[in-house]
Amino acid sequence: MDQNTLIASLQDAVPAAQLESVPSVDLQTTMYVSRDELPAVARVLRDRSDLAFTFLAEVTAVDFWPREPRFELVYIIVSIAHRLRLRVKVRLHGADAHVATVSGVWPAANWLEREVWDLFGIAFDGHPDPRRLLMPEDWEGYPLRKDYPVQIRMTPRASEPLQVTEEEFRASVTKDRLTRG
Amino acid sequence: MGLESDFDIPVLTTTVEKMVQWARRSSIWPVTFGLACCAIEMMAMSCSRYDVARFGAEVFRGSPRQSDLMIVAGRLSRKMAPALRRIYDQMPEPKWVISMGACASIGGVFDNYALVQGVDQIVPVDVYVPGCPPRPESLIYGIVQLQRKIDRQKLA
Repeated sequence: MDQNTLIASLQDAVPAAQLESVPSVDLQTTMYVSRDELPAVARVLRDRSDLAFTFLAEVTAVDFWPREPRFELVYIIVSIAHRLRLRVKVRLHGADAHVATVSGVWPAANWLEREVWDLFGIAFDGHPDPRRLLMPEDWEGYPLRKDYPVQIRMTPRASEPLQVTEEEFRASVTKDRLTRG
Repeated sequence: MGLESDFDIPVLTTTVEKMVQWARRSSIWPVTFGLACCAIEMMAMSCSRYDVARFGAEVFRGSPRQSDLMIVAGRLSRKMAPALRRIYDQMPEPKWVISMGACASIGGVFDNYALVQGVDQIVPVDVYVPGCPPRPESLIYGIVQLQRKIDRQKLA
């Protein structure tokens, strides 16, 4: 299936979607989707039997700062049944960097979207577990943004705060003593 | 130390301090703390070709409770730092630390937010081994330097 057929059949299924086909250097089928229609398009891509993009290979983002729209989200999906790969992109403005999660469509998106949130600060609305993935949980800033001070100097922390409350800690120690007799 | 000829059987005399120093330096048990590519050289050092067993430091332990030496082999990320400190705290005294390679010593090529620029900010380092990564011979030389240092440590 070539790019134009694919986009035409998607346009039939989701009439509101502003789909935009773009040429790509590596000849992989690429298209832009507007932010609001992404979940609907994703569902069609997965569920239509002539598409069957059942496998989400990657979610990542590109920061084109200082250009606006600043971010481009990139979803790489694979149709195992039809031996197709497709690159779906979403443009996002820096001041308004959020998009609906696709973790309901492809469960694999859960951690991938957490990674994008962690490193680019793009929020995923409706995400079941919107925590950071790689950086420490109390980290400030998003390191892969182009305006992030990469060579920042900070004192490293040699200890982590206690993961339990003091009462729980005491109870656990007392219990340990009792069982050891 | 001297061989005393006044007895019927051969006897060696020494001081308690010298004997403790000898015992400590002759069996340095490192805790496995391979963080990156330096760990590959550390493994090579412990295998048959370089054979660090000649210097009594071949028994790598998975538990900090049984170890005397921590070889920080590789770049230490900021998120890993508390774990490194915890392992170090769990090691019984006396204990020593070798900072292996450029990344562990000063951050190496990774001059960025994610990495600790020198593990001496986290744990006290006894010997720095330069290199990127250091050859197994370099690390053996570092261990020999550490043995000399242990030999000079007074008991009291």
